Amino acid sequence: MIRKALLLSATSAFLTLFTITGHAEDRVVNVYNWSDYIDSSIIDDFTKKTGIKVVYDTFDSNEILETKLLAGGSGYDVVVPSANFLARQIQAGVFQKLDKSKLPNISNMWDVISERTAKYDPGNEYSVNYMWGTVGLGYNIKKVQAALGTDKIDSWDTFFNPDKLAKLKDCGVYVLDSPADVIPAALKYLGLDPNSTSPDDISKAEEALLKVRPYIRKFHSSEYINALANGDICLAIGWSGDVFQARNRAEEAKQGVEIGYSVPKEGAQMWFDQMAIPADAPHVADALEFINYMMTPEVIAKSSNYVLYANGNKASQQFVDKAILEDPSVYPDEETTKKLYTVAPYDPKTQRVITRTWTKIVTGQ
Amino acid sequence: MTNIAAAAAPSTIATAATPLTRLAKGFVNRLVIIIPYLWLLFFFLVPFIIVFKISLSQTAIAMPPYTPVLDFSDGVSGFFAGFRDLNFDNYTWLTQDALYFNAYVTSLIIAGISTILTLIVGYPIAYGMARAPAAIRPTLLMLVILPFWTSFLIRVYAWIGILKPEGLLNQVLLATGLISQPLVILNTYTAIFIGIVYSYLPFMVLPLYSSLEKMDYSLVEAAQDLGCPQTSAFWKITFPLSLPGVVAGCLLVFIPAVGEFVIPDLLGGSQTLMIGKTLWNEFFSNRDWPVSSAVAVILLLVLTIPIMFFQQAQAKAQEQGK
Repeated sequence: MIRKALLLSATSAFLTLFTITGHAEDRVVNVYNWSDYIDSSIIDDFTKKTGIKVVYDTFDSNEILETKLLAGGSGYDVVVPSANFLARQIQAGVFQKLDKSKLPNISNMWDVISERTAKYDPGNEYSVNYMWGTVGLGYNIKKVQAALGTDKIDSWDTFFNPDKLAKLKDCGVYVLDSPADVIPAALKYLGLDPNSTSPDDISKAEEALLKVRPYIRKFHSSEYINALANGDICLAIGWSGDVFQARNRAEEAKQGVEIGYSVPKEGAQMWFDQMAIPADAPHVADALEFINYMMTPEVIAKSSNYVLYANGNKASQQFVDKAILEDPSVYPDEETTKKLYTVAPYDPKTQRVITRTWTKIVTGQ
Repeated sequence: MTNIAAAAAPSTIATAATPLTRLAKGFVNRLVIIIPYLWLLFFFLVPFIIVFKISLSQTAIAMPPYTPVLDFSDGVSGFFAGFRDLNFDNYTWLTQDALYFNAYVTSLIIAGISTILTLIVGYPIAYGMARAPAAIRPTLLMLVILPFWTSFLIRVYAWIGILKPEGLLNQVLLATGLISQPLVILNTYTAIFIGIVYSYLPFMVLPLYSSLEKMDYSLVEAAQDLGCPQTSAFWKITFPLSLPGVVAGCLLVFIPAVGEFVIPDLLGGSQTLMIGKTLWNEFFSNRDWPVSSAVAVILLLVLTIPIMFFQQAQAKAQEQGK
């Protein structure tokens, strides 16, 4: 679920990569993926190997993708929604079942991830995992050290404890503007079921968030990447991959900003970006070939090495850079993995309660 | 638009010679009038009817995500049977939660204040341009239009860099010793006003400039010759004569500012509740296309009122012109 800064998307959202092949074949696959989410040489290699031309488009929010899919006739053959969006889209009849006989590489997939994605896509009939990550705490190591006297954050307590967050208020706290990612974290911190849809539990989460609301500078789902990288803020609830991007940008900028990412010990929510084929896709056979190619261990490892996310492909792990594979914030250890949770998508009625609660937390109205 | 049509009518008829050419010219003449109406029909009325129809539907987990979908898949009778499922429930829903009302009011207030600020900033600019030597006016006009050549989004992003606590503005103010603590501007209402005034300034300056430039400056000179002080000459002559430009400029700023989404999202604080964000939430978070359509229809109605005022003002100005 990487959400790039709007600035980047403004300049590159409609960037389309055309790869020219020597053959005059008409085979083509239209791929719609998150921006900055693949090593482009993978696309070139795919075209060289199969002769299928890839028209690669990018988006920067699930909502944009969903609107295109629900309106129908998007013309895309492979799209990569996040799992909680995918689940609703499957119900709406947006996708077609994958013909597994055309996907021999599916045996490379990692059962730990497949088991969890099955919660969104029962039997993994419609989708294959591309990348996954967690919702955790990104922080400015030096500023947190100065404010709290420790350079390591390992608990949701740093955020949900008003006394602690008050100390971070002045250096800046951002939170994802995404109730489905933050309300479950509040429930988890309170020792409740993060999947709870009971109005009582939701109002308890609301109470916990309202207590820390005065110390939150902004709710936004992409601005925190730049804000962390520039040293404008010291703490953010964010998606793992986004925080790694902030860390890399900070390193490139050489302004002395160091960014850390923590998967809180109480447990964190997992997110999954899933490759799927729309029901009205014009080039199904080519789409299946593309998805199968992306499940080749060397290929998906190359992608992970480039975007720095964990993938759901077990066989690829021997080809993933050691630094990435052994980084517990990318590939959490077994102990932490056990505590990671997933949240089932909300039914429309609960979604309305959640959105309304969220508006109250964010705007006070 | 009505002016163009009215101006086109007499000139074509006057030159008609034979009955045949008269007929042909009459057709061309009518076509000229019809084109703006066709344009309105396809780009305003049809989309509006679609949005209005969706606002009467119910949300569903389907493609598209509402029901009923009026199409001819069940024949003509199926198309008309769908009408029975349309109702005004979504509009009732909007009245039941104060959220929507508050969002409309906040949006109107923010847009209103921004419009006044833009007028205060824009008027002197337009006045200066209109009074400048004729030779440099095209250059000045160019300078007003120039920012449009850069993406709007990037320009709003640039303001983050200027307004943030460690930003350009605070660094300059701290360095000059005017302030000892950085000012908190970003993520406040002030930042939204700055963003809107900056972004919409050309829309205010251009109509103001065009009405000020047309003005006969000898009227002001005559007033001064008769002993009228400069300031009262401005308020008694220049300002009233530029009123059509003021009204046009204010509407061009006010109307888009009410529905503004990007500027409050990037520069404003999260506590800002504007109708653009409310609509976004309904559409994207709740995936409720019908309710968001209802919000949009009401917004359109709210905005029609100032446009009606404008047309009245314009009609009045035309009468005075005669």
